[in-house]
Amino acid sequence: MPLGVSIIFSGSGAWQQTGGRPLFAEVGMAEDVNQETPIPEEENGSEFEIPEELRGQVTITTLDKLYNWGRRNSVWPMMFGLACCAIEMICVAASRYDFSRFGMEVMRPSPRQSDLMIVSGTVTKKMIPQIVRLYNQMPEPKYVLAMGACASGGGPFKEGYNVVSGVDKFVPVDVYVPGCPPTPQALLHGLITLQEKIDKQSIQSVRWYSKQASEPIPIPILGPDLIDPRDLPDFAERQAAVEEKAAAEAKT
Amino acid sequence: MYGIGLIKGLGVTLKHFVETYVEDIRWLSRGGRYYDEEALKVRQSTAARGIFTVQYPEEKLPVPEEFRYIPFLIYEVDEDGIKVDRCTSCGICAKVCPPQCIWIVRSNDPETGRPVPAPTDFFIDIDICMNCGLCAEYCPFDAIKMDHDYELASHDRFKDHIFDKERLDHPLSYYAEIRPRNYAEEERARAEKEAAKAARRKSK
Amino acid sequence: MAETESTKVLDEIKTKFGDAVSPDEREGYDGYLVRAENLLDFATFVRDALGYDYLSSVTGVDYIVEDKMEVVYHAYRTSGGPALLFKVQTQREKSVVPSLVSIYPGADFQEREAWDLLGIEFEGHPDLRRILLWDGFHGHPLRKDWREAYFEEDQKPFGNRWPEGKVYRIEDKVPFNKNVKYPANFTPEGWVPEGEGTLYASLGRMEKSNGNGTGSEHIVVNLGPQHPSTHGVFRMVAELDGETIVDLKPVMGYLHRNHEKIGERNTYIMNMPFTDRLDYICSMGNNFAYALSVEKLMDVQPPERAEYLRVIMAELTRVVNHFWAIGFLLNDLGAFFTPALYAINERELILDVFEAVSGSRMMCNYFRFGGLARDLPPGTAEVIRDLAFERLPEKIDELERYLTENEIVRVRGEGVGVLTAEQAIGFAAAGPVLRASGVPYDVRKAEPYSIYDRFDFDVAVRYNGDVYDRYLIRVDEIRQSIRILQQAIQDLPEGEIQTGRPQYQVRVPAGESYGRVENPKGELGFYVISDGSPTPYRYHIRAPSFINVTGMAEMSRGQKIADVVAILGSIDIVLGETDR
Ligand code: SF4
Ligand code: SF4
Ligand code: SF4
Repeated sequence: MPLGVSIIFSGSGAWQQTGGRPLFAEVGMAEDVNQETPIPEEENGSEFEIPEELRGQVTITTLDKLYNWGRRNSVWPMMFGLACCAIEMICVAASRYDFSRFGMEVMRPSPRQSDLMIVSGTVTKKMIPQIVRLYNQMPEPKYVLAMGACASGGGPFKEGYNVVSGVDKFVPVDVYVPGCPPTPQALLHGLITLQEKIDKQSIQSVRWYSKQASEPIPIPILGPDLIDPRDLPDFAERQAAVEEKAAAEAKT
Repeated sequence: MYGIGLIKGLGVTLKHFVETYVEDIRWLSRGGRYYDEEALKVRQSTAARGIFTVQYPEEKLPVPEEFRYIPFLIYEVDEDGIKVDRCTSCGICAKVCPPQCIWIVRSNDPETGRPVPAPTDFFIDIDICMNCGLCAEYCPFDAIKMDHDYELASHDRFKDHIFDKERLDHPLSYYAEIRPRNYAEEERARAEKEAAKAARRKSK
Repeated sequence: MAETESTKVLDEIKTKFGDAVSPDEREGYDGYLVRAENLLDFATFVRDALGYDYLSSVTGVDYIVEDKMEVVYHAYRTSGGPALLFKVQTQREKSVVPSLVSIYPGADFQEREAWDLLGIEFEGHPDLRRILLWDGFHGHPLRKDWREAYFEEDQKPFGNRWPEGKVYRIEDKVPFNKNVKYPANFTPEGWVPEGEGTLYASLGRMEKSNGNGTGSEHIVVNLGPQHPSTHGVFRMVAELDGETIVDLKPVMGYLHRNHEKIGERNTYIMNMPFTDRLDYICSMGNNFAYALSVEKLMDVQPPERAEYLRVIMAELTRVVNHFWAIGFLLNDLGAFFTPALYAINERELILDVFEAVSGSRMMCNYFRFGGLARDLPPGTAEVIRDLAFERLPEKIDELERYLTENEIVRVRGEGVGVLTAEQAIGFAAAGPVLRASGVPYDVRKAEPYSIYDRFDFDVAVRYNGDVYDRYLIRVDEIRQSIRILQQAIQDLPEGEIQTGRPQYQVRVPAGESYGRVENPKGELGFYVISDGSPTPYRYHIRAPSFINVTGMAEMSRGQKIADVVAILGSIDIVLGETDR
């Protein structure tokens, strides 16, 4: 389907990003630091392998601080609005609440340049393939903030036939902000909560430097209803259960 | 002439820019324009000039009395210090709730078998609640009201986003604090009703 | 007067059509029932001979008990006056009705919607595809026998919330753990998704060869649904010749939230907060239209003070919306964010008023049947007065000084996206889009509702029908709204704000009603059918944002691709209402 490729979604979903090697260069790791310092054991550190240029770092914690300080103050959200909540998100970006005070004003229209996806509004079945694709296109480290009742768990429209009950059915969510819509101050509180989460992360254990770089999430398909490729292994079983139940109900 | 419109427009931007500093200087003698409740009020009123930003979280925009977020339940404390729910589990709020996010568990007295006029448990799924305020509006016992607390962001919705009775319960004093005008009005109506009832009883 | 005219119309219709057209005599219903074979003739007659040139709304209704599908048309005269309703009925299975697109081009999207959601086929429609759902979706969800995956009961309140009250997440009750349902015997193996072939096929592609081995081809570009300039999740598929638009198809439904299906399960009062979420910039206006249509059925009148407060809120909403629209139109023109920031400042101040009276900045839920939820809190009237007499007049002058003569705005706007008066009427464009094309049609004057006949204001009108005029008309309308606000706040009487006791379960007599208001984006109408039960039988929204984009393709043809975002910005859509 050559025509089906939109300008924003150029490229297939199977695109994969590589870990953040260049970042180290930016932080300015000197390569000649070669004293052997014991590296604190990670609790689940068996899978973790320390990159070559990191070996012999004196203080991982200081590095963490620096690393997180840089990241927490430049969380660039994606310019991505879905519904009513998006209006409040715009208000947060606008003059009265102004999240540039947190270094977040650089709203990027492209997922390739953003760190944070604020899912602001009702996630519909027709839209979820695009949302997953956008998420896959974002480079690590990436965060997702579910803004409002709809994005968190379906919201008032949950029962509707075209509504996905929460974006976390498809993409992992870091912070949930309840409310319908969350007021701008509530969203700011959510963003501060995210910053706190970033503060607690350690360069040693974060997902994006581990060996299994994050896998892209399979894109849902629009069939007779939404089809999640991750359901496919036991699709037949579950569908049979539905039909059995329907048949049993019809009998009684 | 070409460009006049542009220059006029730039004049407006300049005016906005300058206004901020003019206001800042005007407020200097009164201790500055930021991080001050008094100043915030002016800065956010129809008289606002120049910078308009609320420096959340250091300063917070006060919410009006009618502001509504998630509902909460009111309990009173009787003479013995026991919490008594105002809610009688009549179920009207659950009936009127548009997205149907209220669940009420009622119980019967094990001895008499009669229904107990208090909920055994009370749940609100705040991932469905649309903050509409209808439950508070139609509760005949003034037992459920809309909260002002909006700082509820969390990391786990499965753990934190179904509010149970414990989470919903707030003392009457809390209500009186956040909604003083509504509270006074309701108390007045309640007192009147009581008086009328007493009068009727007397006349009987 | 109205009586004599309607009898005259009836006579004329009788002589011309005989039995084919008969007055609708069901209790509480209105208008004419037309036989399907005669529909085209009748519509032509209505438009040309009777002068009802504006087909405002097309609604499909599923009468499952009578085994009938009905399509209801509301036609108006652009010179003003009440509606002419006509209806056509067909069987439920394989329903076919002639399409009116050739007579009223504005029926285009609305007929597609009726096909999508109710499965009524419109014979002769040039491009009958699904519009809100995707191609290949299973079933037509607004049919009364169609159930969704999370279906619990036909009507709210749901029994198990109370008294047992077992809290659960509804996901836990369905086998897929998601809100999905597949047709019986469906398996994904060997199944091919339908894709978007029909969408691209509908564009009509061009290839030409120069005879010397080179050739040229039109290219197709998708804008959206994730695009910073489409005001939400709107998508346009444009066919380009170089940079010039040859054809353009709007694709919507990315925010289709099943408003109508949910609305038919809700009780009347429950729908009020849901209407907030239609055009979420103008929730007060949505409340107004819905309250009017239900009040018509119930036959109640709000008290004086409530009427005044309603008008004040509706006009403040208009100011909010137009400030927002202008700000974001300028954003689309490339004035990145500064005008929008200034506009949002004023919006925020008005939102403070909304928050103080209703409790929420955006989702006001302030209107009740026969009144309002609560009176103004102390001090708010003064704030409104300040706004109406000082702040807003000053700021709108400033905005004009800032933008109106700006050369870039003029160059980008003048002559771009032109819609002539005839086209605008044909496409059933409403609100500022219609009035910028030189049609002075405003529901507040054409068929005054509430107390709009008491105020002294003008209908703003501009004549070029381009992007620049659509900008100017919004400025004009803000000025008129401020005039109304000033009068309303001066005359605001004391008194009650609710007729009767506030009730959570209203009794609504059976019948149909269509309540419409001039919302900031155009005519917003609610078509409600009651069967006497606590929930509406049919609940349809005539959404201006949805119908205004019908003319989008016409406006864009021959323009440059960069102008498309400006045109869309000048139409001013809100996706919550476009997709519902
Ligand atoms: S949570 Fe509420 S405000 Fe936000 S998108 Fe959903 S319905 Fe709209
Ligand atoms: S909160 Fe009020 S309406 Fe709800 S069950 Fe309790 S008493 Fe009844
Ligand atoms: S605020 Fe509205 S949605 Fe929330 S619990 Fe109350 S009635 Fe239900």
